[in-house]
Order: sequence, then structure tokens, then C-alpha cells
Amino acid sequence: MYGSDATADEPAAGPADDDPSFLALIDDDGRVEPRDAMPLAYRQSLVRQIAQHAHSEIIGMQPEGSWIARAPSLRRKAILMAKVQDEAGHGLYLYAAAETLGVDRADLLDRLHTGRQKYSSIFNYPTPTWADIGAIGWLVDGAAITNQVPLTRCSFGPYARAMVRVCKEESFHQRQGFEILHTLSHGTRAQHEMAQQAVDRWWWPSLMMFGPSDDESPNSERSLRWGIKRFSNDELRQRFVDMTVPQARALDLELPDPDLAYDEATGHWRFGEIDFSELFEVIAGNGPLNAERMAHRRGAHERGAWVREAADAYAAKQASARRPGTAA
Amino acid sequence: MSSRGWPLWEVFVRARRGLSHTHVGSLHAPDAAMAVRNARDVFTRRGEGVSLWVVPAAAITASSPDEKDAFFDPAADKVYRHPTFYEVPEGVEHL
Repeated sequence: MYGSDATADEPAAGPADDDPSFLALIDDDGRVEPRDAMPLAYRQSLVRQIAQHAHSEIIGMQPEGSWIARAPSLRRKAILMAKVQDEAGHGLYLYAAAETLGVDRADLLDRLHTGRQKYSSIFNYPTPTWADIGAIGWLVDGAAITNQVPLTRCSFGPYARAMVRVCKEESFHQRQGFEILHTLSHGTRAQHEMAQQAVDRWWWPSLMMFGPSDDESPNSERSLRWGIKRFSNDELRQRFVDMTVPQARALDLELPDPDLAYDEATGHWRFGEIDFSELFEVIAGNGPLNAERMAHRRGAHERGAWVREAADAYAAKQASARRPGTAA
Repeated sequence: MSSRGWPLWEVFVRARRGLSHTHVGSLHAPDAAMAVRNARDVFTRRGEGVSLWVVPAAAITASSPDEKDAFFDPAADKVYRHPTFYEVPEGVEHL
């Protein structure tokens, strides 16, 4: 949740950032609803975060969508289609949640298409093998779930409610990925190797999904104060690592980090230093597939124009058919 | 015309017979019939409902959050509307 430019949409002037009654509501674990008074920066922060989250769901269909036609069995194909369809649905829930803050979905899409709003950098990496679909489900969706579960208690009601539905649907996503990797890992030597290489590719980018470390995440503190975030980037990253290491053992796959070690004193898994310079390169637009993802998204939107026009024409025809005395 | 001009619809789902329709979210669609079809695909992919309502968001009139204190205040001082307001003598049951 970073790297996006601010979005000001003629928002209503709200109370001050440190308005006592607003902070009292937050401290009371209350929920802010769309028509409540809220600080301008709170509104803008949410629009930016929810929009970026929605864009990520929509762009996130691409790396997996490219494997639907190549899935190794009908069962895997049906599962993958259901998953990609869910991602589209999650994008729609989130655009609707953003719209309750007074922005328009078409404007948000414009901002995505013109590069003024970002999506999660994780989707700029390629999926060269079927095992990458497994690694995305297990690691990328696993990291996303770790991020999203606390968002079900986000202080902004519509975002929190959308997250409840998303998390419920998301749990099968991670399991199907784990199942793909488990099958490959316990298959032939070549299949095991394919699974291992996919995990090698996705492990570090998945850790980066939690964002920069806390001392380099300028907006984190305010988001925590306002109940938009419930845990810091580093706390969530640690939680993900602690959950994932034992799962890797069950998969009989190695996580590509020589520094990974259990710390008896804290009960946490220590991990190596993350090379954030790579992440910042990807955010800056220099990832492996940034240009391709955006071109595909814009193309899909343009190629879908006839569907939207047809829907309009159909609605107009139905409306005139219902009016007495007019030719249908 | 793009989806920019499509009205917003609020979606309500009845989870099963005997329950009321509950608000689940909103979506854009050019007309009511397509709103119902889209709502099915967006909100009931896992059999979450047996009935759907779509209502034009513009048709909803809401109470004002700014006036909520004054608006709902008349209920605050009528504690006698709650059964716990009344004293029941000891030993009296089924009351």
C-alpha cells in the first residue's frame, strides 16, 4: 500500500486530522461510515489505498489468466477460472467501497490506465511455468490474506465489510496453490525441481508485498492511529514468515534464504535482509512486466467497449418497449 | 456511452427463506434487469442467496448523520419502553 500518488476529488472539507470526537470514535473501536464527518487526509488515504487494492485485484488476473488455457487438467482449469473470476469480483467489491467516499469508478480506472494510480508490484513478475500458479496461490495469496484479515477490522466500514467477503473467498485460493505445489513436489524429480524454482522466484517478492520496513514507511503511523491499519508492515511480514516456514516443510520445498533460523527466545523465524532496491525499481515501472500488464489492461478495456455499448443499447431498447405507443 | 453514465444500484440478498434481504454492496448497470444479473455474478457465486433485490442508489433517502443525535434523541429518555424498567415482585414467574 505505497507508491501511489494522492487523489483529491473535490472532497468535502472535514474535521481536523486530530479532531477529538473523530479520534474518540477510533479509540472506541467504532466504525466510520461514508456520510460521517472525517478528516480530509483520512478520506484521501482510504481512496488511495482502496483504489490501489482494487487495481491490484484486476491486474492480478493477468499472471494467472495466462495459464487458464494451459492448465494441466480440466479440474485445475475449472479451479483456476473460478479463482480468476473471484479476483474480478474482489476488484468490484473494492471499487464499490471506494465509491462510497465520493469517487467514481470510471475515474479510478482512468487513473490506473494513465499510470496515476498504482497496483501491487507483485503482479509485474512473470509466470513461466505451471508451478508459478501454485507459488502465487500459496505465497502471494498467503501474504495477501495476512494483510487482508486485519483489514476486516479497518475503521472504515465499507472497506472492512468488503474485506470480510474477500477473505472468505480467498481461503480456497491459497489452498489450491498449496495443493498444486504439493502435487508437483511429490511428483517426478523434474516436477519437484519446477516447484522449487517457482518458490525461489516468488519468496522474496512475496515478503516485499508487506511494504517497506516500518522506519521507512512514512504514512504507517498515521494509518495505525486512524485504525486503517491494525498492524505494522514488519509485524505482518513476521506473521507471514512464521506461518509459511512450517508449510514449506510439509511441501518438502526449500525457502531461498540461508539466514532463515528459528529464534528460541522470541518464538519467531528470523529471516535475511530484504533487498528493497529491487522493489523500488519495480514500483518505478522497471519491473519485468510493468509495460505489458498496463498495455493488456488498457487493451482489455478498449476491446470491452462494445459490450458496454451493447448493454446501453439493450437497456434503451427495453425501456422504449415498455413505454406505450413507442416502437420497440 | 461508457459505464461512467450507468446508475449505481444497491444490492440486497436473502440468504434463505425466512430471513430478510440484507444489504451486501452495490454495482453499476444500465438497467434493473442487468443489475439483477450482474448482482448474481458478483454477490452469489457460492450460493449465498435465494433472492436478490436491486434498488437505484439514487432512490434511497437517508437520515442525516449530522442530525443523528437530535433525530434519534426522542427514544433516549423513554426507558419505560423496555421491560427491564418494571419491578417484578420476587417469586413472580413467567412475566
